[in-house]
Amino acid sequence: MSGYSDPGFDTLALHAGAAPDPATGARAVPIHLTTSFVFESSDQAAALFNLERAGHVYSRISNPTNAVLEQRISALEGGIGAITTASGQAALHLSIATLMGAGSHIVASTALYGGSQNLLHYTMRRFGIETTFVKPGDIDGWRAAVRPNTKLFFGETVGNPGLDVLDIETVSGIAHEAGVPLLVDSTLTSPWLIKPFEHGADLVYHSATKFLSGHGTVIGGLVVDGGSFDWDKSGKFPELTEPYEGFHNMVFSQESTVGAFLLRARREGLRDFGACMSPHSAWLILQGIETLSLRMERHMSNTRKVVDFLAANPFVSRVGHPLLETHPSHALAQKLLPRGAGSVFSFDLKGSREQGKKFVETLKVFSHLANVGDCRSLVIHPASTTHFRMSDDALAAGGITQGTIRLSIGLEDPEDLIDDLKRALKTAEKAGA
Amino acid sequence: MMELLVNGSKTYCYTGGKAFDAAKPTMIFIHGVLNDHSVWILQTRYLANHGYNVLALDLPGHCRSAGTPPASVEEAADFIIALMDAAGVAKAALVGHSFGSLIALEAAARAPQRVSHLVMVGTAYPMKVSPLLLENSISQPTKAIDMVNTFSHSTLAPPPSTLGPGTWLYGGSRALMRRVLASNTMANVFHTGFKACDDYRNGEAAMAQVQAPTLFVLGRQDQMTPSKAAQSLVSKAIKGRVALLDAGHALMTEAPDGVLFAIRDFLKT
Repeated sequence: MSGYSDPGFDTLALHAGAAPDPATGARAVPIHLTTSFVFESSDQAAALFNLERAGHVYSRISNPTNAVLEQRISALEGGIGAITTASGQAALHLSIATLMGAGSHIVASTALYGGSQNLLHYTMRRFGIETTFVKPGDIDGWRAAVRPNTKLFFGETVGNPGLDVLDIETVSGIAHEAGVPLLVDSTLTSPWLIKPFEHGADLVYHSATKFLSGHGTVIGGLVVDGGSFDWDKSGKFPELTEPYEGFHNMVFSQESTVGAFLLRARREGLRDFGACMSPHSAWLILQGIETLSLRMERHMSNTRKVVDFLAANPFVSRVGHPLLETHPSHALAQKLLPRGAGSVFSFDLKGSREQGKKFVETLKVFSHLANVGDCRSLVIHPASTTHFRMSDDALAAGGITQGTIRLSIGLEDPEDLIDDLKRALKTAEKAGA
Repeated sequence: MMELLVNGSKTYCYTGGKAFDAAKPTMIFIHGVLNDHSVWILQTRYLANHGYNVLALDLPGHCRSAGTPPASVEEAADFIIALMDAAGVAKAALVGHSFGSLIALEAAARAPQRVSHLVMVGTAYPMKVSPLLLENSISQPTKAIDMVNTFSHSTLAPPPSTLGPGTWLYGGSRALMRRVLASNTMANVFHTGFKACDDYRNGEAAMAQVQAPTLFVLGRQDQMTPSKAAQSLVSKAIKGRVALLDAGHALMTEAPDGVLFAIRDFLKT
C-alpha cells in the first residue's frame, strides 16, 4: 500500500507526528517554549498526574514540540515511542538507569564512542554497575560474558573508530537467550541506513546532534523503544514488572504490555534525573530530519568518492571503511547496510604525528573540530587532539596510529573535497621529506 | 489487578490501579482481536478513580489469561457471564471494542437483567472479514497485522495517548498485535478472533433483546468498521445513543479523551 494511511520513509520524515496547528493554522511545527501547561480543571490536573488522561504538565516530562520529534523518530525507526533527552549521552544514561541499579552488569562492544566508553567503564562502575567489553565480532565472547546479573547488551551499528559492523541479529539472539535486551547506538547510521529493530534490536538511541539534526547546531538525544522485548517473560526486570512505590505503585508492564520501558523512563528517569531536551532543540532536530533522506544520500555518494580517492593515494596506508573489500566488516555491511555504512571513517597517513598535524592544518574545506555528522565536512587528528595523552603503545591498542585521521564527509561538491584532501596530503608528505 | 478463575482457567483482569470493591458499580471492558487489556488503560484508570470497579480482561488464551480462545461470539459471551459470576458481580456495564463489542452485545442479550449499560466501541454488524484477510491471518500473520494496523488508524499526528506524549500509535499497535499473537503458541488467536467476527449472525436479534441503554462510540474515519455499518444495530437499540468521534478504528488510542467522556457521560444516564 501507499499514501497517507501507509506512508513511506520520506513522507514520515515530513509528516509523522505533525499536522497543521489547529489554533493558528501554522504548517511548520510550532516551538512550544513554555515550562508548564494550564490545567482545564482540578479534575483534569489530577487525571494527568495519575496517568488517567494523556497530556502535558511540565516540559521536563513532556512538551508538544518534543512529542512531535518523539513520534517522528519512532515512525522512522519502526518503534512504539521515544523520549527526547538533553544529549545522546543522556539517552544512554536514561536507558541504563531505567533498566537496572547497583549490582547489575552490562555486556558492551569494545567499539564504542569515547563518551559511552567513559560512562560505562568509569562512571557507571562508581554507581555499582559493571561492564564487560567484548569485540563486536567476537560472537562467543558476547555469550561468555553473560553473568546472572547481566541486564543489557549494548553496541553501535558501526563501531568507533574502525567501523566494525555489529551483527545485530546474532548478538540480539544471544541477548534474548540470556533474557536481556539489546540496546543499539545508531547515531552514525540513522534510520535511513539501517533500522536496528528490523534485525532484532530492542532499544535504539541516537545522538541527534549528528546526522538527525545534520547541521552542527544543536545537542540532543533520543531513545526509541521497539516494543518487542517481553519484560515479564524475562523475569529480570522488577523495575518494570513489580509495583513502583515512586509512582502510584504502578506495575509498568501491566499498564502497557509493550511500553513499560518508556513509561518508567519518562515517569522516573526524566522526572528525577531531569536530562530533558529543550523544545527549541527539538525543533532544530525536526528541521534536520525533514531532509534526512536527501542529506544521507549525498553523504553516502560523497563518501564513496572520497574513499575511492584515498584508497588509491600512495601516501595513504589504510582506509577504514566497509565499502572496501579489505575491511573486516565488508560482507556484513553489504548485508545490513546496503545504502552505505556511514560517512564517518578513519584512514592512516604514512607519516609522523607532525605530518598528521600538518595535514589537518592544511585543509581548507574540511573543518578541524570534534564532531561528526555535520553537513560540512569535518576532520580530526586523534593523536594530537582527542588521544594526545596516550602513548604510542596505547594508541596502537586502540587501532590508532600517529597518522590516523578521522573524517566526517559532508555535503560539499565532492570534487572540492577531493581537491582539498589532495593538496593536504601533498603538503603533509613534503613535511616529512 | 485481579486474577479470577473462570471456567477453570486463570483470567487476568486489570483494575485501573484500584482494588476491587464490591460496593461500587462494576464495568467490564472487553478488547478486540489481537488486543489485550492495555488498550483501555487511560479510560479504565480514570473510571477506577472516579467511583467504578473496572475489570479490563485479557480474553481466554490471550496474553496473561489462560484457557482456550473463544471460537465464537456466543462462546465468548458465555465466558463474560461466567466471569461476572466468578467476580461476584450481579450487574455490570459492558464495554467492548470491535470483536469485544459483539461479545458485549451478545452477553447483554443473554443476561439482560445483569447488564446496566452497554457500550459498543468501533462496531459494525455484520462484522464481515475479507476472505483474503482471513487467509492471511493464518498464512502471513505478520503481513496481515500490518494491513489491519494500517486500516485501523486515521492520522499521522495523534494526540498524546496511552503511553503519554511521544507515543507512535502505528508502532504501538503493531507491537501489541505481534505480542498477543505470540502469547499463544497453541492457537492462532488472530484467525480465531476474525473468524468469530465473520461468523456471527445474531447481532440484530441480540440487539432487540438488550434492555440496557446502549452507547455506540464510532469513528468518522474508521475503515475497519465504518460508522454507517453500525446503523443496523443503532436502529434496533431500544435506548440507543451515538457518539461520533474524529478517529479511526483504534478509537481508544486515537481519541482517548473522546471515548472516555462519551462513556463517562453515558454512565450518568
